Amino acid sequence: MHIPDGYLSPQTYIPLFGVFAAAVTVAVKKVKKEVSARDIPYLGMAAAFSFIIMMFNLPIPGGTTGHAVGSAVIAILFGPWAAVVAVSVAIIIQALIFGDGGITAIGANCFNMAVCMPFAAYYLFRLFSYGSAKKSRVFFAAFIAGYLSLVLAAILTGIEFGIQPLIASSVDGKALYCPYDLKIAVPAMAIEHLLLFGIVEGVITAIIVKYFLKNEPGLIYAFRKGGKNENE
Amino acid sequence: MLSGREVKMRMNKLQKRILVILLSLCLLTPIGILLPQYFNAGDAWGEWSAQTVNELVGYIPKGLEKYADLYKAPVPDYSINRDNSSIVHQSGYYLVSGILGATVTYIVMLIISMLIIRNGK
Repeated sequence: MHIPDGYLSPQTYIPLFGVFAAAVTVAVKKVKKEVSARDIPYLGMAAAFSFIIMMFNLPIPGGTTGHAVGSAVIAILFGPWAAVVAVSVAIIIQALIFGDGGITAIGANCFNMAVCMPFAAYYLFRLFSYGSAKKSRVFFAAFIAGYLSLVLAAILTGIEFGIQPLIASSVDGKALYCPYDLKIAVPAMAIEHLLLFGIVEGVITAIIVKYFLKNEPGLIYAFRKGGKNENE
Repeated sequence: MLSGREVKMRMNKLQKRILVILLSLCLLTPIGILLPQYFNAGDAWGEWSAQTVNELVGYIPKGLEKYADLYKAPVPDYSINRDNSSIVHQSGYYLVSGILGATVTYIVMLIISMLIIRNGK
């Protein structure tokens, strides 16, 4: 899901850089307010976890590869705003050091995986757990949050790819950037994430959230913020 | 601002356990290149080289050709030597890249978090 350089037109990546910059500005303020200093090591580990988990490329046999992102679990445990910062750091380091994802596409890639995905995951988790701290409910809600939020990020990526032929084609009808339109790019991105990568994100999210629920339930942001505990 | 040493000393049991899990995950990263190779899976969708796009659609889009190599990463594709075709060597490069990348990400995130959060308790 890391869009490389040359696939997005400036009309696409520049506005997405703007949106990403705005999101980071808000995220910095929110993290300052919401996260206590003793949880700083967790944030470092969260970013490192996202980096590592994205290295586990999984195959669709005979087809393409993909991976989980880790945004969902970070958003549930430490809040969507902390996830924005942590996953952005991982994505930017992937681009700068390892050339994974383009320099021009940093805004777009962060928008998909580090902004939209954690927020989708967080609210899906809140919706499906419905304030319940019951293990099975939390496990289910965390799975759905991971699964659907990764699929959403994949669809956004597919849309960004797919609008390129509409935005920028030469006079002979050849695309200047990504050559596949929405009809191809969106289903391609959606289906592979629905079938495999989303499930992996869901399982990872569910297992880790359940682990924290057992070992350090007071830490879980999604329960502290407006969840069951707030009413007590 | 806290120094790295202080943060490390303040780490609790769960945090130490997570660090060990993360380190173990780093050691498993070669799965990320071995599994796709075993199942004969290629590039991620939309992450093809300009040459591969040429094979797929019959031409290289002008903008793609122009910007594809805009930036030279120091360790492209998590490999210090992409010409070496040995899967054992590539697994080693991938593992080292994983440890390097995860460590840099961890440290950068710690520094950024410390700069943002100054309400130390």
